[in-house]
Amino acid sequence: MALIGRALLIMALGIAGFGIVASIYGARNGRREWVDAGRRSVYALAALATVAFAILEDAFWRNDFSFNVVANHSSTTTPAFYKLAAAWSSQEGSLLLWVFLLSLWSSLILFLVRKRAREITPYATAVLLGFAAFFTSLATFWANPFTTSANPPAEGAGLDPLLLHPTMMIHPPMLYSGYTLLTIPFAFAVGALVTGRLGAEWISLTRRFALAAWLFLGIGILLGALWSYTELGWGGYWAWDPVENAALMPWLCITAFIHSIMIQEKRGMLKIWNVSLVLGAGTLSILGTFLVRSGILDSIHAFGASTLGVPFVILLALMVMGSIGLIVWRREQLRSEARLESLVSREAVFLFQNLVLVGMVFVIFWVTFFPLISEALTGTKVSVGPPAFRPFIVPLALILVALSGIGPIIAWRRVTVANLRRNFALPVTAGLVTFFVLLFWPGGPSSRPFALIMFALAGFVLTSVVQELCRGVAARRGMTHEPVPLAFVRLIRRNRRRYGGYTVHAGLAVLLVGVAASSSFQHSSDVILSPGQTAHVDGYTIRYVRPVESVSSQKIGFGAVLNVTKGGKHVTTVTTVRNFYPSQNPQDGLIGKFFDTSNADSEVGLDQNLRRNIWTVINAQPTPLAPLINKGDSVFAAYAPQVMTKAAKLPPAQAQAAMNGLWAERDLAVSEIARRFVTHPWPTEFLLIVAPLVSWIWLGALIIGVGGLIALWPVPSFARRRARMPSAARPTPPPPVPVREPV
Amino acid sequence: MQVVEYLVIFAILFAVVAFVSAPVRRALAGQSDDVAGDQSHATNLAELEAEREAKYRELRDAELDHRTGKLSDADYEELDRALRGEAITILRNLDGEQERDQPPD
Repeated sequence: MALIGRALLIMALGIAGFGIVASIYGARNGRREWVDAGRRSVYALAALATVAFAILEDAFWRNDFSFNVVANHSSTTTPAFYKLAAAWSSQEGSLLLWVFLLSLWSSLILFLVRKRAREITPYATAVLLGFAAFFTSLATFWANPFTTSANPPAEGAGLDPLLLHPTMMIHPPMLYSGYTLLTIPFAFAVGALVTGRLGAEWISLTRRFALAAWLFLGIGILLGALWSYTELGWGGYWAWDPVENAALMPWLCITAFIHSIMIQEKRGMLKIWNVSLVLGAGTLSILGTFLVRSGILDSIHAFGASTLGVPFVILLALMVMGSIGLIVWRREQLRSEARLESLVSREAVFLFQNLVLVGMVFVIFWVTFFPLISEALTGTKVSVGPPAFRPFIVPLALILVALSGIGPIIAWRRVTVANLRRNFALPVTAGLVTFFVLLFWPGGPSSRPFALIMFALAGFVLTSVVQELCRGVAARRGMTHEPVPLAFVRLIRRNRRRYGGYTVHAGLAVLLVGVAASSSFQHSSDVILSPGQTAHVDGYTIRYVRPVESVSSQKIGFGAVLNVTKGGKHVTTVTTVRNFYPSQNPQDGLIGKFFDTSNADSEVGLDQNLRRNIWTVINAQPTPLAPLINKGDSVFAAYAPQVMTKAAKLPPAQAQAAMNGLWAERDLAVSEIARRFVTHPWPTEFLLIVAPLVSWIWLGALIIGVGGLIALWPVPSFARRRARMPSAARPTPPPPVPVREPV
Repeated sequence: MQVVEYLVIFAILFAVVAFVSAPVRRALAGQSDDVAGDQSHATNLAELEAEREAKYRELRDAELDHRTGKLSDADYEELDRALRGEAITILRNLDGEQERDQPPD
């Protein structure tokens, strides 16, 4: 099957090359058949990539260690669930995943627009195929997932333990879907610039894909945060890691675009800005992949690092220079058709919000790449951590939340003082009440001004969104006299973009309250405890009740049962475990390989509710077992060769039985050594954290996701909606513009 | 085993080439059912339709803004009039573009 896989990649590369030439030739010479052939190339590429990806997944599923990528990233003991995910833990598999997802999304958009945008689409097709050709050539010549070994090992190296987490099943495909979806608006923006067709059409074609990219990327970022919180054992959900930042930057960029295209659609303004945002987001999506795959910056994603830097730098340079060149070339056509009528209008708020979002992108970009910049200028790589981001990001985030509350309650074009008073009175009052109540609350957040302001702003945002929903329902009921629940559902259904967006704003406020509270009011304690001892964190008493251990062919676990009380009352009991996975290095010894501290992960002991999280992790080390492990290694180093020599002279069945006996004795020795963690426990290190409102982060993200889905859900065009109305209800022409309907 | 794999590869290659080249082969054989019309006209139509949809949405948004109290009666009347004027301009342009489709009497 590897041969077929390799052939499929070469065919995919060939078909991508052909499609680029056919699309451009067809577009330049008005030859529709060549344009169609170019479009069909994308469909064919999708089919080839799908089959290739299926072959790779099949190899992982069957433990086919003749595939080098399977031997290096999976093993017979890797749980079946993770074998499928192991494909994208590797460089080779992730490149193929990129091509696979890109070709699927490209096929979808080209199928949807096959009878539309006939001038723009061929160039967009060529750009999409250009991306496909780039990643296919990497997968073919630099990191081929179908390379095989003539002498495959009997056992694979296994999956990195840090990736043995349920979110890893969907986190990378979500991120990659986001990245690949971002190339679609990018490609259509290039097509619009090349053809000079810079009107409303390319935006209406790609808006939904931009929104889908925003949603997928957002889910990917959230799952990454969840993974960090529950797997990495440091107690946080966001470390401003380069790879996290690489996903956040295009997400912020496309968030800005989703807002500013509304200004272009309504007012014909900000054309240069919108095209720049789309091209910027597309470029940042490639930069994100580059950061994961190049290893140029130190990252928690070091397992993904490789030496694919140079091709990516060339592609990024082409994208940046090409984008700038196209915008400069078309600058006359990109001039605004209207001017901002008032600084107190929704357009102005959107514009300001865009500046804040892009400001965040610049800050994140600058600080993320500062180690490289400093190295280039001074020769010394200066590492900067989370503290370097906070002075800029926190104030910008506060402004962003404020704007997300102002946006829904301010009108387009211009606003009068009376309207401002009517719409802002309640939300501003709610914000001020929140502020002063918390300011004077005993033990409240008055000592943390940024958190206090964030809570007040969240009160303002949530009130503004609820006010808008109530007024919308009232307006609809005024026209239709529907019951409240029905009016609510129909209001949202008829105005999905608006109310989907408002829901996202509410979710953002909830999420940032969780971030502000959990980061400002977190209490943590790094302690060393023996069974029976206690530690105190934020009024909670945490007692190390007893050690637990587990031994299996996949891992050895050293854990602890912790009892949490407050004021003498039982709160919860949690269990945290440190898992050690067998090393594949023969130097580690037949016993020592099972106690490899460099191949370990953590199971967090977590008790969470909407008010607070109690997060615990054990950092058990097998150091006190070293003498026994070394002794075991010595014994087996002498004993194993004797058994193996003896077995070599026996018939296969007896030889296998002899070897099985050896492995059974080794397993017994390992179990007995591991058991000493329970029978002779030693003082062990724990990290104990009590943090408020962490669950609000996940709740806020869920609300954002629901809002995104509402906004993304297809809505029939106005013309089609009217066509579907019963003939009696359908207005007779004229009037040419819509008659007033229920909101 | 390798022979079977080579046969599969050639079958896939043949299918891909046949699928992708079909429009070109049809055109060469003079059987294309897809008449290459005036692309500029089609694009103009599509752009005007997109503008019309956006303008309709803007009208509806203004109405909802008015009903939810973000626009005063006077402001709404003025805005609505302006938007309807812009919509009529778009519809006229659309009519003009569509008339190019009609055969001359």
